[in-house]
Amino acid sequence: MSGYGFRDVARMEWIKLRTLRSTTWVLAAGMCVTVALGVVAGYNTRSVTGDPTSNMLAGIAFGQVITGVLGVLTMTSEYSSGLIRSTLAAVPRRPLVLWAKAAVFGAVTMVLGEITAFASFGLGIAVLRSSVPHPALSDGSVLRAVAMTGAYLALVGLTGLGIGAIVRHSAAAVALLVGGLFVLPVVAGAAAVGAGKFMPELIAGNSLAAVKPVSGFSWSPWLELGITALYPAVLLAAGGWLLVRRDA
Amino acid sequence: MISVRGLSKHYGDTLAVDDVSFDIRPGTVTGFLGPNGSGKSTTMRLIMGLDTPSRGEALIDGVPYRELRWPLRSVGAVLEAWAFHPGRSARSHLAALAAGGGIPRRRVDEVLGLTGLGGVAGRRAGTFSLGMGQRLGIAAALLGDPGVLVLDEPVNGLDPSGVRWIRDLIRTQADAGRAVFVSSHLISEMALTADRLIVISHGRLAADTTVRELSARGGGSLEEAFFGLTEGIGR
Repeated sequence: MSGYGFRDVARMEWIKLRTLRSTTWVLAAGMCVTVALGVVAGYNTRSVTGDPTSNMLAGIAFGQVITGVLGVLTMTSEYSSGLIRSTLAAVPRRPLVLWAKAAVFGAVTMVLGEITAFASFGLGIAVLRSSVPHPALSDGSVLRAVAMTGAYLALVGLTGLGIGAIVRHSAAAVALLVGGLFVLPVVAGAAAVGAGKFMPELIAGNSLAAVKPVSGFSWSPWLELGITALYPAVLLAAGGWLLVRRDA
Repeated sequence: MISVRGLSKHYGDTLAVDDVSFDIRPGTVTGFLGPNGSGKSTTMRLIMGLDTPSRGEALIDGVPYRELRWPLRSVGAVLEAWAFHPGRSARSHLAALAAGGGIPRRRVDEVLGLTGLGGVAGRRAGTFSLGMGQRLGIAAALLGDPGVLVLDEPVNGLDPSGVRWIRDLIRTQADAGRAVFVSSHLISEMALTADRLIVISHGRLAADTTVRELSARGGGSLEEAFFGLTEGIGR
């Protein structure tokens, strides 16, 4: 009888996640489109010296928007609907709510992200032209690229969750997420050469999903994955800090 | 039991609740009466730990809401507006809350039955009428079979049968030994349901008394007494 704990709250968030039909549909449809884009990019690969693995994973440009926006809504829809009052009545130890959301949403998008990445690769290989060299998962760097791409989708999802916890309004939080992913690299790239190494959207295409080195991305993909993970870590920490201090 | 001690809340320059103290006792319906904007909802949000007091404290069985070990088993609340996602069914909404509060799953069907929502439990809550939405709020409040009920304007916008249902529920809950704290700006409704009355005006406590005593003060009219109290205090 020591009171409710993380397990209870994680179960609550798991029920919330799987009982919204819109979330289930958007995730399923988003995965299919992501895989389809990769298959098309794989089929269109003609360069003999290129990086077909990276091409087959091109769908994450779209997939990251899906997981990112759903991450935002996981938090902001609590405020727009008023559900947050019920949630905090059941779980007034507020940080638990955010950590449980992060654990459940992170785990679900990690699993779905990996399925998406490996499906993109598997189906992409099937349609790859015979003139193009065929990469294989038995090659460590190919396996690494596919697996990191799946993880990237989860990390963007958690970034969205962190932004949602800080901003609380759906439209503003989605705008910040999309602006941060796609506009910031352009601005930062114009301001400082080498800024791309710190921009998740560029890291994904040029380091995580790449098997062959891309100029300007000389750091190890593992370091780049760490940099990408820093965004959700900092945003979630800030979101948790604010959640405790602000009136709900 | 709820104990409010020297409770104050500022929003910017506005003092919404000003040094309010009172107790809500078991087995009693305590009405919380005051004009719109007098600080009723803010006081209830402070009790529920949704807002942080600027000064003072609100305790439930001796501890602030945020420190309760089993919050849903201590307090059930229905605050202003709806507090569920419109895309989720009533049953899923309650199942999620029960899980978070460490309440057994079978309790969900019990409260659905108690509130007459059994037949619509699988429907998306966004399709509910005002009365059904209010019942879903009550169902969530009853999940943990709590000793304290906090209801903010529960009859607002309900049709006569809905009003009667809430009135009966409040009475039954208090007779079963629970402390029921119910706010309203409807004096006649409070006269019918409450045993004790706490009157608040401009964020300050104007009276903490019984319905009988207050109505005697107004020469037999609760309404006269209410206006005497709430108009007498200016800023």
